[in-house]
Amino acid sequence: MTTTVPTSAVQPAPVPRRAGLGRVGLYVLLVIAALFFLLPIYLLIATALKTPDAINLATTWQWPRLLNWDSFVQAWGKIGGNVGNSLFLAVVSTILAALLGSLNGYALSKWQFRGANTLFALMLFGMFIPYQAVLIPLFQFVKSLGLYGSIWGLILAHVVYGLPITTLIFRNYYAEVPDALVEAATIDGAGFWSIYRQVILPLSVPAFVVVVIWEFTQVWNEFLFAATLTNTSSQPVTYALSQLAGGQAVSWNLPMAGAILAALPTLLVYILLGRYFVRGLLAGSVKG
Amino acid sequence: MLLPSVVLLALFVYGFIGRTVYVSLTDWGNDPAQALATNPIIRWVGLANYHDLFTGFLQLRFRQELVNTIFFTLFFILGCLGLGLGLALILDRNPRGEGLWRTIFLFPMSLSFIVTGTIWRWMLQPQGGVNQFPTVLGLPSGTFGWLSSTDSIWKFDWNKLPLLTAAVVGLVLVWLAVRAARTGDRTRTIVAGLCAALLLGWALFVGPNVKLLPAPELHGFNLALIGIIIAAVWQMSGYTMALYLAGLRGIPEELREAARVDGASDVGMYRFVIFPLLAPITLSAMIILGHISLKIFDLVYAMAGPDNTYTSVPALNMYLTSFRQNQFALGAAIGTILLILVAFVIVPYLASAFRSEEGHA
Repeated sequence: MTTTVPTSAVQPAPVPRRAGLGRVGLYVLLVIAALFFLLPIYLLIATALKTPDAINLATTWQWPRLLNWDSFVQAWGKIGGNVGNSLFLAVVSTILAALLGSLNGYALSKWQFRGANTLFALMLFGMFIPYQAVLIPLFQFVKSLGLYGSIWGLILAHVVYGLPITTLIFRNYYAEVPDALVEAATIDGAGFWSIYRQVILPLSVPAFVVVVIWEFTQVWNEFLFAATLTNTSSQPVTYALSQLAGGQAVSWNLPMAGAILAALPTLLVYILLGRYFVRGLLAGSVKG
Repeated sequence: MLLPSVVLLALFVYGFIGRTVYVSLTDWGNDPAQALATNPIIRWVGLANYHDLFTGFLQLRFRQELVNTIFFTLFFILGCLGLGLGLALILDRNPRGEGLWRTIFLFPMSLSFIVTGTIWRWMLQPQGGVNQFPTVLGLPSGTFGWLSSTDSIWKFDWNKLPLLTAAVVGLVLVWLAVRAARTGDRTRTIVAGLCAALLLGWALFVGPNVKLLPAPELHGFNLALIGIIIAAVWQMSGYTMALYLAGLRGIPEELREAARVDGASDVGMYRFVIFPLLAPITLSAMIILGHISLKIFDLVYAMAGPDNTYTSVPALNMYLTSFRQNQFALGAAIGTILLILVAFVIVPYLASAFRSEEGHA
């Protein structure tokens, strides 16, 4: 059995390659599917590189004759500050949510107490609720703390609502850590904190990588909190982009360049560390 | 150690939900003058906001949005499951460069719905983008109004909604009763059968006379939603592909071998061995996609704009009602309805996931 149980989603199964007509059909289908996924990106880049007067509905698909990098400069001028906001927001929220999630996961998996699973299920529910159902009290609460319009209100929201998924990933990860390790440390007289620091934390690096990548992407891409809890100076990039693209008078090169700027960080994370991104993705379906 | 997180989540999830439900039962913001006052006069109005949403003359938009959400969810899930399964089956045959293909199919997942929406808004411009495709083959360009169409199909009268709901739920209960009878579960047969009889009886004798609205009001599937569904499938089908691929790779090679030895054809093997093993994955994908689609609003916001009523969804309406019009009570009511819809999907799932886990432990 052990040879056939995959360790991750990316391990290919040992099925022999077969040649023939079926294989050709297979590649044709793959290419068609890839076109569906890539054509929007082609159009995005082509439009971002056109000069405003070269953008014409009838010639949408043509590659620009003259490459115009100026759109990126302009778009950066409009949303560059928001990119900075998003970066600060995503980094701080991710670190806090990951640390708290790691502690929770440790407590829930290694210090089993009565009702731990029920408590965990109640925590997880927070991951699935539509945030519209908590938005008005959240808005009032952040306002009453004096944090409305500042990035810290947004960080608070992201840390709290990020806890369920980070706890879930760490709990599932720590469940694989042998209990004997913790028991041995207990016999040596180590307590809750020293076990965490000396045994659990050093083992946690792979889980932290998954959580950090996943949470960073989620916070970076979020829109609803961004639109309700901030004002002009602290708006993250998703909101700024929606304002940039929403105006009717703007020519399309600008929102397309802006979309590239807003997408680049998470896209790079995905391309460089896709394996961990996919693990976070699969953990999101609860049973990970 | 756990305590701070538990307290935070108790407040931010359950406390805030309770507060939202309370606000939805008041008239906060229904009088614009009071909405943003420092100490607004807030009166308890019971279910009046809900009554207004479902039957009020001015809330026609909300009712169409509910219908939009149902159609959107249906086609979004079908699209993601179909495309995701197809791609996973192809990749499971080990084409060359598998990693590259997987990267291509999954990358939209890493984008935000706002970015996806911005790109696809441009793809689906009335005279450009996708509508220009046929000109590549020398055909005249398309004219479909992807995001701007005002046509709808499969219309039905809102007044028939209770009737339709009762009939559908009744039939499901009949099916449950029949299934329970087959497995010999007597109490379940009787309970399901009685409920079904009650509902169907109501649908036959009382339902036709129930009128929610003074006049017929038609709602259907707005064609402008098709563009948004395509963009959503583009973004999320990689997720189902990853789920299915993980599932396919988890099927032991011995099982496939055994099926081949038993003389199963390729089709037969998929039909009788592989698809049944993928059923739990399909269910969990449906639940995850379902709750995403009930909550979706940033994609709609970015693609069709917040004011396009033909493509609007309740989640978007809640944001506009609460934070643009400052009608907090009405917004809270919409938020509560969304929560109930999502809870229908999520609670049984969480409950079953953790019941089985306690059983194993």
